[in-house]
Parts: sequence; C-alpha cells; structure tokens
Amino acid sequence: MKVLVPVKRVIDYNVKVKVKADQSSVDLANVKMSMNPFDEIAVEEALRLKEKCIATEVIAISIGVKKSEDVLRQALAMGADRAILIEAANDVHMDIEPLSVAKLLAKVVQAEEPGLILAGKQAIDNDMNATGQMLAALLGWGQATSASMLEITNGSAQVTREVDGGLQVVNVKLPAIVTCDLRLNEPRYASLPNIMKAKRKPLQAMTPSDYGVDVAPRLVINTTVEPPARAAGEILGSVDALVSKLKEVGVV
Amino acid sequence: MSVLLIAEISGAYIALSATAKALSAVAPLGPVTILAAGDGVDPAPLAALDGVAKVLHVEGADYGHQMPESFSELILSIAPNFTHIVAPATAAAKAILPRVAALLDVMVITDVTKLESADTFERPIYAGNATQSVTSTDPIKVLTIRTAGFDDAPAAAAAPIEGVDPTTGSDLSNWVEDRVVKTDRPELTSAGVVVSGGRGVGSEENFAIIGALADTLNAAVGASRAAVDSGYAPNDMQVGQTGKVVAPDLYIACGVSGAIQHLAGMKDSKVIVAINCDAEAPIFQVADYGLVTDLFEAVPALTEQLK
Ligand SMILES: Cc1cc2nc3c(=O)[nH]c(=O)nc-3n(C[C@H](O)[C@H](O)[C@H](O)COP(=O)(O)OP(=O)(O)OC[C@H]3O[C@@H](n4cnc5c(N)ncnc54)[C@H](O)[C@@H]3O)c2cc1C
Ligand SMILES: Nc1ncnc2c1ncn2[C@@H]1O[C@H](COP(=O)(O)O)[C@@H](O)[C@H]1O
Repeated sequence: MKVLVPVKRVIDYNVKVKVKADQSSVDLANVKMSMNPFDEIAVEEALRLKEKCIATEVIAISIGVKKSEDVLRQALAMGADRAILIEAANDVHMDIEPLSVAKLLAKVVQAEEPGLILAGKQAIDNDMNATGQMLAALLGWGQATSASMLEITNGSAQVTREVDGGLQVVNVKLPAIVTCDLRLNEPRYASLPNIMKAKRKPLQAMTPSDYGVDVAPRLVINTTVEPPARAAGEILGSVDALVSKLKEVGVV
Repeated sequence: MSVLLIAEISGAYIALSATAKALSAVAPLGPVTILAAGDGVDPAPLAALDGVAKVLHVEGADYGHQMPESFSELILSIAPNFTHIVAPATAAAKAILPRVAALLDVMVITDVTKLESADTFERPIYAGNATQSVTSTDPIKVLTIRTAGFDDAPAAAAAPIEGVDPTTGSDLSNWVEDRVVKTDRPELTSAGVVVSGGRGVGSEENFAIIGALADTLNAAVGASRAAVDSGYAPNDMQVGQTGKVVAPDLYIACGVSGAIQHLAGMKDSKVIVAINCDAEAPIFQVADYGLVTDLFEAVPALTEQLK
C-alpha cells in the first residue's frame, strides 16, 4: 500500500518567536524554518513501514509557499519516494487553515488511493491539532490521533494513543489516518549521499485550483500579540527563605 | 445563541471540573445544553450546574470509550439546533471536535482561552509565545476550551434531563484497551498545587521525592517531556505544548530546564517556584522564587518543613 505523509514547513522549534510590530502575525522573515517535528516522526514511521515491506511507496506532500520544497526535499532525503507540493500561498505569513489543507489532501487521496495517511499530531506554529481528524471526516475514514505505537496487521492498524488518563489502544480499519506523537519513534538524519539523491527524486508542483479547492480562510485574524510577561522573580538563599515566602503569599 | 457543551466523560466517570470550567467560559453566550454521552453515566451532577438549560443523556459503549467516529456522528445528529458546539480541550475532544467541524464544513477553533464575543476568540499559538484573536465567519462555531484559566461554574437548581437516541455507530474503529494509571492524587489539570520533575530527577526511583513533596501539599505530580521519554514518569503527567496545560496556584518545577515547550503548559500558574542547580536555566525567567541548588537536598528539606 501507498503511505501519504503531509509535512508542514514551520518555524524551527528552537527559534524564539517574535510578534510583528503591526500585530498582524508572528515575524517569519529571515528566521530558520524546518519540517514540523511531528511530521518528521510521521515520515520516519512511514519509512519503517516500507522497510518492513508493509508500505510500497512513501509520498510526502506539503501545502504552502514554494519554499516548502525544502521540507519535501528533506523528506525525500530521509527516504520518501516522491513528493507533491501544492503552492497555495506566496507569503509565508499566510497560513492555510486545517480545513482547506484537509480538503486538498482529500483530493490527493482520491487520485493516489493510499492505504494509510501518517500525519503529525499538531503543527507547532498554529498548534491546531485538527488536520488529520478533519481529513478523516471528509474521507469517511477511521482515525487514531496521538499515536505512540503503531502496528499494521491484516487490513487494520493497531494504535496505542496518548490520552489524558494514560494510554488507549484502538484498532482502526484501513484505509485510515494516524497522527503521530513524539514518543512514536526517533526520526533518522538524512545522510549526505541521500541528500544528493533526493535532488533527483520526483517532485510534482500543483496549485489549489488544479484540485478545484477554495483555500479562503474562515477565520479572520484580528491581532497577534505577545502574552503578558511575568514580573521578575527572586532567587532565594535557602529552603527556609522559600518556605517563609510561600507562607507569606499564602500558597502553602 | 444556543450552545451545546459536550461533557467530558470516560466510561461512567464525569470529569466534572473540566466540564464546569468550560461551562463558565461559554455561559455568557446564552442557554447551554449539555450532552452527557457515556457508558453507565449518571448525568445528575451535570444538570445541577449553574447555566445549564438542559442535559441530553445518551448511553453507548463507544461513547464511553470516546471513539471519535461514533461520537462525531452522535454530535452531528443534534448539531443543527445549535450555534456553538464546545467542549473542554481534553484529549478526547481534540480527537472528536475537528471531525465534527469538518463534517459541518466549518473551521474548528482549538484551545480557546478567552471568548471576546459570540464569534471572536483568543487562543495561544507557537507554544504560547503569541496570542491570537480570531473572528469566525462560519455559521456554527466549533470550539475546544482550554479550561486552566476559568473557574468552575457553581451549583444551581437541577435542569431537566432528557434522553436522546444513540446513532447507528461506526465500525471504522474498535476500542481494544485502556492503560490508565490510577492515582489517589488530585487530577493534574485541576489541582491547586503541582510539583513537577524533569530530567534532573534522574530516575524513576528518584521521582519518589517529587511524589513525597506532592503528597505533603496535596498536589498533583507533573513531568517534563524528557522525564517522560526517559521513563521516569508516565505520559499522562507530561506538562507542556503537547502535554497538559496547568495553571495552579503553586507550581514547583524541580530539575526542569524550562524549554519553551514546557513553559507553554505552566507559565500561567499563579506562583512558580524553580529548583535547579544551573543558575542560567530558563525556568528562572518565569519563576517567582528560585533556589539555585541541588534538588536532592532542597526537595526533601522542603517536604520536611512543610509537613
Ligand atoms: C515539538 C516539541 C514538543 C515538545 N513538547 C514538550 C512538552 O509538552 N513538555 C515538555 O516538558 N517538553 C516538551 N518538549 C521538549 C522540550 O524541548 C525539552 O527538551 C524538555 O522540556 C526538557 O526537559 P527537562 O527540562 O526535564 O530536561 P533538560 O532540559 O535536560 O533539563 C534538566 C535540568 O535539570 C537540572 N538538573 C540536573 N540535575 C539537577 C540536580 N541534581 N538538582 C537540580 N537541578 C538539576 C539541569 O540543570 C537542567 O536545567 C517538546 C519538544 C518538541 C520539539
Ligand atoms: N500546510 C500543510 N502542509 C502539509 N501538511 C500539513 C499542513 N498543515 C497541516 N498539515 C499536517 O497536519 C498535521 C496537523 O496540523 P495542524 O492541524 O495544523 O495542527 C501536521 O503535523 C501535518 O502533518
């Protein structure tokens, strides 16, 4: 079966984000961008399925600015077979909403007929945690979110999910969507020869209109502001001093 | 305005505080109908919350297991009567509500921290490094509420409870098992005090000193991702961008460096204490009180003094 992996280009998780002076968004000009960390885990999991001869082909797909090619090349360098770029924006500050992303992915699914979609659990820019679930709904497929273990056996996926009380194990019929949590695996690094090889792997460039999907946002962004800073604290010299402070402010 | 609030129910257990906090967040919008879907659940405590117009009660094993395929179908069957479909931002709601939104062809708005009006909402982005205000242009608003910043809705005279029919259900997925960690400690997201351990705690055995301090304070225990990944603590204790979000009166971080992804889950706590031997650790930038010292000395001493 084919495995489809949607990967998003986001601000690198190590970068300290700054809000633009006009409060329109976070400033993404000249900052380091990377593949969403959860999506690297999804790519890794897809590659492991291919190594176990469960997946036949791993297709990475990204929706956004043309520069998203970078993260697709990274997926290819890790070992994905081919990539699809849907150029849906020309400004990095324009985020394509999960509903639109899901609609585009649903069209790609119609064309490619994958047996499994491995997505990230959440994009670390908008922190929505929605796209996989929305796509599952549009396709009428089963879903398992926040996976920390995945096993494919005769036509279904057994998934261990991280939930509020601990772990939940579910069985989902294939085709299905699984979204990956941080403890699913440790993504591999791409070797230099593989990075070179990735440059020659096929990358198909598309636009939302090729799929007849309207990506106009449903949410109007009014302002993006920095949260209020906390007042400076104090370093205390001893446990005694801490205990008296805590008593003074009435929290113990 | 008419609001459908999905109560957080696992099996027969109602997470009353999470539901009551989401209720007080949305009560200003108008009468709230609560959907109590579970397995063997007694909806009476939900009906006795202030602001509730009615409770819809429905039973089903899939609902008790919070299976998104069946649960979203159930919500869809009653959704047309409502302008707002909301739930506390729990793991279950995060799985279910985006599915509901997509089926209604509307955009879901997750982790709402403030309702500015019936269509305008605040939510954190970039691990809480920015706050965005968004206005939804969709006819139905589907929201999950980050409960940490809201108080529980108080008790009131009981609202009527009405039975509704379960929907057909789905065979797309099956529940296999829950591996739930039982604890006598308070629930992490609603506890008044949280004591958290990070990689600095060093081992699962050492985590007992975090537990001992927590027990002295009747606190919940939290952990950093590094502590969970290293097997010192179970995953349900993780606090942060991808773990739980807490805002207790007192948060004590022990051997936690304070990565932005961890701060995302606790920086709205009222009083933050950091115990870390590295004076440069970023946790001290959000701490009200810091001890630059070995946690293996400070934590037991603190426990002793607070007994
Ligand atoms: C996409 C993504 C999501 C993430 N989500 C989360 C999340 O939800 N929650 C989360 O916590 N992390 C999350 N992380 C991980 C985060 O970036 C950090 O790696 C993690 O929080 C570090 O945990 P730590 O502070 O315990 O470990 P470290 O950073 O290793 O810090 C250990 C600290 O312990 C101190 N220490 C050591 N020994 C002692 C001693 N004897 N006494 C006192 N102090 C001592 C050290 O000085 C150090 O500051 C995420 C990362 C990514 C990429
Ligand atoms: N623009 C995008 N391009 C490709 N994949 C995406 C995009 N947006 C979201 N995704 C996928 O959906 C997951 C969840 O994103 P979100 O719902 O935005 O938190 C991500 O981890 C990706 O796997």
